[in-house]
Amino acid sequence: MGAESPAPRLALRGIRKAYPAVVANDGIDLAVLPGEIHAVLGENGAGKSTLMKIIYGVARPDAGEIRWEGRRIEVPSPQAARALGIGMVFQHFSLFETLTVAENVALALPGERDLAALARRIEEVSARYGLPLDPRRLVHSLSVGERQRVEIVRCLLLEPRLLIMDEPTSVLTPQAVRRLFETLRQLAAEGCSILYISHKLDEIQALCHAATVLRAGRVTGTCDPRRETASSMARMMIGKDLPVCEHAEARTSGEARLVLDGLCLPAQDPFGTELQDIRLRVHAGEIVGVAGVSGNGQQELLRALSGEVTLGRAEAVKLAGVAAGRLHPGRRRRMGLGFVPEERLGRGAVPTMTLSENTLLTAHRAAGMVRGGLVQRARLRAFALEAIGRFAVMCGGPEAEARSLSGGNLQKFIVGRELLQAPRMLVVSQPTWGLDVGASAFIRQALIDLRNAGAAILVISEELDELFEICDRIAVMAKGRLSPAARTRDTSVEEIGVWMSGLWPGAAPDAGEAARAPAP
Amino acid sequence: MRLRLEARPAPSRAMRYLSPLVATALTVVAGFIVFSGLGREPLAAFHAFFVRPVSSLNGLAELVLKASPLMLIATGLAIGYRANVWNIGAEGQLILGAIFGGGLALAFPGAESRWFLVLMVLAGATGGLLWAAIPALLRNRFNTNEILVSLMLVYVATLLLSYLVHGPWRDPQGFNFPQSRMFADAALYPILAEPTRLNAGFLVALGAVACGWLFIERSFLGYQMRVAGLAEAAARYAGFSSGRTVWIGMLAGGAAAGIAGVGEVAGPIGQLTSSVSPGYGFAAIIVAFVGRLNPVGIVFASLLMSLLYLGGESAQMELRLPSAITGLFQGMLLFFLLGSDVLVHYRVRLLPRAPAPREEAAA
Repeated sequence: MGAESPAPRLALRGIRKAYPAVVANDGIDLAVLPGEIHAVLGENGAGKSTLMKIIYGVARPDAGEIRWEGRRIEVPSPQAARALGIGMVFQHFSLFETLTVAENVALALPGERDLAALARRIEEVSARYGLPLDPRRLVHSLSVGERQRVEIVRCLLLEPRLLIMDEPTSVLTPQAVRRLFETLRQLAAEGCSILYISHKLDEIQALCHAATVLRAGRVTGTCDPRRETASSMARMMIGKDLPVCEHAEARTSGEARLVLDGLCLPAQDPFGTELQDIRLRVHAGEIVGVAGVSGNGQQELLRALSGEVTLGRAEAVKLAGVAAGRLHPGRRRRMGLGFVPEERLGRGAVPTMTLSENTLLTAHRAAGMVRGGLVQRARLRAFALEAIGRFAVMCGGPEAEARSLSGGNLQKFIVGRELLQAPRMLVVSQPTWGLDVGASAFIRQALIDLRNAGAAILVISEELDELFEICDRIAVMAKGRLSPAARTRDTSVEEIGVWMSGLWPGAAPDAGEAARAPAP
Repeated sequence: MRLRLEARPAPSRAMRYLSPLVATALTVVAGFIVFSGLGREPLAAFHAFFVRPVSSLNGLAELVLKASPLMLIATGLAIGYRANVWNIGAEGQLILGAIFGGGLALAFPGAESRWFLVLMVLAGATGGLLWAAIPALLRNRFNTNEILVSLMLVYVATLLLSYLVHGPWRDPQGFNFPQSRMFADAALYPILAEPTRLNAGFLVALGAVACGWLFIERSFLGYQMRVAGLAEAAARYAGFSSGRTVWIGMLAGGAAAGIAGVGEVAGPIGQLTSSVSPGYGFAAIIVAFVGRLNPVGIVFASLLMSLLYLGGESAQMELRLPSAITGLFQGMLLFFLLGSDVLVHYRVRLLPRAPAPREEAAA
């Protein structure tokens, strides 16, 4: 390892990459020193991922140069990157679920034949860096955090001199995040450079030695995050101050609007999650959050709530006091249930239809949109205009196709469409996933306003910060079970983190043992 | 060097509607090449194929007569196709329509009421509907593939018709030809313009196209079908029933094809024979796509397809080309249409050399 070399381990100069619709990187300079943990900070769409793909040889720059330990290089492929000593842990894992850990690792190591020897090496490396891992286990039985360890160990076996981590904490519990940071610090101390991609300011402050901030494909600043405040970095990242939500104490009327009473649902596919005895009450005038690492049954719960999957027992889901478990989505909507799914394009909206036409998807009962079986297009347009105006949707007007909108604006439109129908109950999944800070704050405020107007709101999110910001009570989903809901002001990120591993007071005895969360 | 198709970020709307015209032009150009290759004088052949058939009043009437079943069936199919319900068996549903409508005419040879024809049309619609209900039911119940089931039922329908006209429904005075008795006058569409063969079936087809347009473009049910075709998850999210989508999609095509079947036996043919359609049910699939699955476009596309039928007949007589020339031109039209559609949605890129794409997956 050339850890003592004075030159930067990796230096980029003037990197440019243009795609048909957008310039993703424009004149990017970046230097990473040996043993440095260097943050690449920016909102979604700022060009972080493109830049990492260029370094890792997945994409090729249109212009600019890459220097590796002072030497000008080309990175034509991920193979070439690995040969140089660059490893990358992707945000979305690439593991075969039906193979063991060792087999998965072997696939990435050319010429590796001796699985037993490899398993020993895996155990060695995982013990050395505090990443406990059993090489003989099948990947589908691993938690998300454990899968990430497989990816990391796979990189470490190649003894990288630069490790790229793409949003590594988005799938981890707070405890697992701390353990990951310890591993990364140890690696850095041994001379490995780390490029750490994130938009979470507190993590970057806690971990990184240097930061390069991107906005809209350009570098807007470099700094030492330990000397900055969160708001000064946010200004670099979004060009203005961080918006804050107003959140007063909930005034619930006590009426339980959305009740889950012993909801059970068998797994729909071999790697799906079985829902077991879910109990939850959401009252009028409160927001209840469901935290948890994704893949623990959230998708299944959402489908059971919306009616996309109907249940055998009607009483398992009660909407405003009416047993609704067997009703399909249209009927539930008629009872006042609004629903915002996490996939905006293709589920929440039809990509190639106009915004006007997309209002009809769920709002067809409102505002006389359908008369005598025929669509009243003027009403659609009026409704779309109102959603666009009230929810500050940036778009080409009501006749713009849904797919022409940015993720944040489409989400504002969908939330607007649901909110304008004045739902009595609202279920929202990942409300601000992939959105920039401004749009996120706007949507959170809209949810709080709806709560203040007396609706019962259920928010399912992976972002703990978000749940703590807007929810009155928080429950945790782990391995198809739901914890009791704790009052937000009586609990803490720490406690919720423990619950995320399935260990809440009164949890079923088998919940902890196989829980899908990595805390040991 | 290798080629790669790269999705265009925003396919041109104008080109989407122009691509049928581009395809037509390319078909004509390719036709020139085919005619030259066959040793015919291309301009004369072009004239014989595309101009002479429509240079008389009778020719124009024939054009509309043959376009009528095509636009009718294509409109019915488009309703399903917009919802990703792939009814490929309109030919069989047409035959069942002919059997139901024609059977009624044969059962009441003394019918005199004008309303009898209406009954026949309804019977024909029922026949096509029932035949299309089989693949719909199987798909909804057992998740079978409606493309295969509807296609295979075409051959069952053909054999059923063949059995009837060779057997129980054969005209006893017909010198053993496989055909039924001629229908009574009340069981025939009235002629619109003597002395041509153009009959009131054209008005039925136009009416169906208008209804189809209203349904697809303006009705809430049609909207639900379009959503199902464009984004299945969105349809599920909205609570639009997928079973109903399959039913409506299949039955619309079936009923339209059944009515078209009556149009043939109660129109130009006037009796049941072993072959009641020169492949209208299949040609209508091409018509539906050339017409962009839009009823207005379908009217124009059906006229074009009808011209290919007439041109094919004319080419057989005047140029002594085989009857396969019609199928050849239909095929070329579809090929060029699909080809130009690909280029509307994608651009072709030349890449210098092949990197190893497997690495990315294993990384």
